[in-house]
Amino acid sequence: MFIKAISYYLPSQTLTNEELIKQFPEWSVEKVVKKVGVNERHIAAADETAGDMAFKAAQKLFAEYNISPETIDFVLFCTQSPDYFLPSSACILQHKLGIPTSAGAFDYDLGCSGCVYGMAVAKGLITAGIAKNVLLLTAETYTKYLHPQDKGNRSIFGDGAAACLISTEGFAEIGGFVLGTNGSGYDNLILKTGAARQKNLTGIESTDENGNIRRDDYLYMNGGEIFNFTVDVVPNLLVNVLEKNNITKDRIDYYLFHQANKYMLSTIRKICNIPQEKFYINLEKTGNTVSSTILIGLRDCIDSKIITSGMNVLIAGFGVGLSYGGTVLKM
Amino acid sequence: MDLEKFLADFADIFDETDASEIKADTQFHYLDEWSSMSGMAVIAIVKSIYGKEITGEDIKKCDTVNDLFELVKNK
Repeated sequence: MFIKAISYYLPSQTLTNEELIKQFPEWSVEKVVKKVGVNERHIAAADETAGDMAFKAAQKLFAEYNISPETIDFVLFCTQSPDYFLPSSACILQHKLGIPTSAGAFDYDLGCSGCVYGMAVAKGLITAGIAKNVLLLTAETYTKYLHPQDKGNRSIFGDGAAACLISTEGFAEIGGFVLGTNGSGYDNLILKTGAARQKNLTGIESTDENGNIRRDDYLYMNGGEIFNFTVDVVPNLLVNVLEKNNITKDRIDYYLFHQANKYMLSTIRKICNIPQEKFYINLEKTGNTVSSTILIGLRDCIDSKIITSGMNVLIAGFGVGLSYGGTVLKM
Repeated sequence: MDLEKFLADFADIFDETDASEIKADTQFHYLDEWSSMSGMAVIAIVKSIYGKEITGEDIKKCDTVNDLFELVKNK
């Protein structure tokens, strides 16, 4: 199973640090922004959904790699911002993209681990002979879930979408997967209201142990708990991914993890003893685009020749769920 | 537990602060680069290198790097 093509789409509107500073003059924005490593983020237009962005990413993929939509026989769409409660946005995308009606399609609800899970599911579908050409789409509009006064998350997250074709041939062979879940931390990254458990908005605001405001009706992230979860699971995840793929650490040429924020990535790198030159950190122009960061990173690294043919690249995603996963790509 | 080694491990969490600035009597909360995220990094480093669990509250109560060292040593 191989990755055959990767493209991505970022909305045209951006939010720069200068604009953020204007809105939060009391904030030591430079210090925090230096930490999160983001200079600007792209923001979806008011009438632009994750589905719309996934559509544009897929169209780009078809154009850039000269792929006919008719060859796609499965659509997987990773988003936590579906167009509707029902139907699956993937079904709408099948139609809009001109993908045959004989294709399977569904959405799945994951965030930062979503790209790795999508690859795992696509590999499973192809291995089982259910599909041959799986279109994996990731798209997120977290910025629409953020409270205007939530400067921390507004500095971190950006909107974006990515498209990836997974097939029986291509430029990156997808290795064995290690996946994991710790649902006990489900409420450390959550948007509580609007769905079935609590349909109506509550307007409830409280302050968490770190002094951050927790709002029921907006995205809430307990940064400390997410940080702890990550430094807890990622070192073991690395060991297990290496073992699963029967490869030693010195044979991994590059590490491309979910781009959560610069400081967290840099801490993970240090506790995993990964040399700086083998470790990708680049959120400057995009921010954390949730499920799309790994695909955006892969495409950028291939374009800039940081990742070249023959390399073993370890990818890993971790976050909301709480959920994590990793694999090795042989380029 | 070795203080010199701990100072080096502690200094490693910073990107811009030079290791020479980190001494046993350094009041780390006053370092320019110190932030809530540094606290999380300290927790992570202590756990991965020393196999001990400390909390943000523990760190808040420490004034100098030596206080931190004692905290970890006695955990």
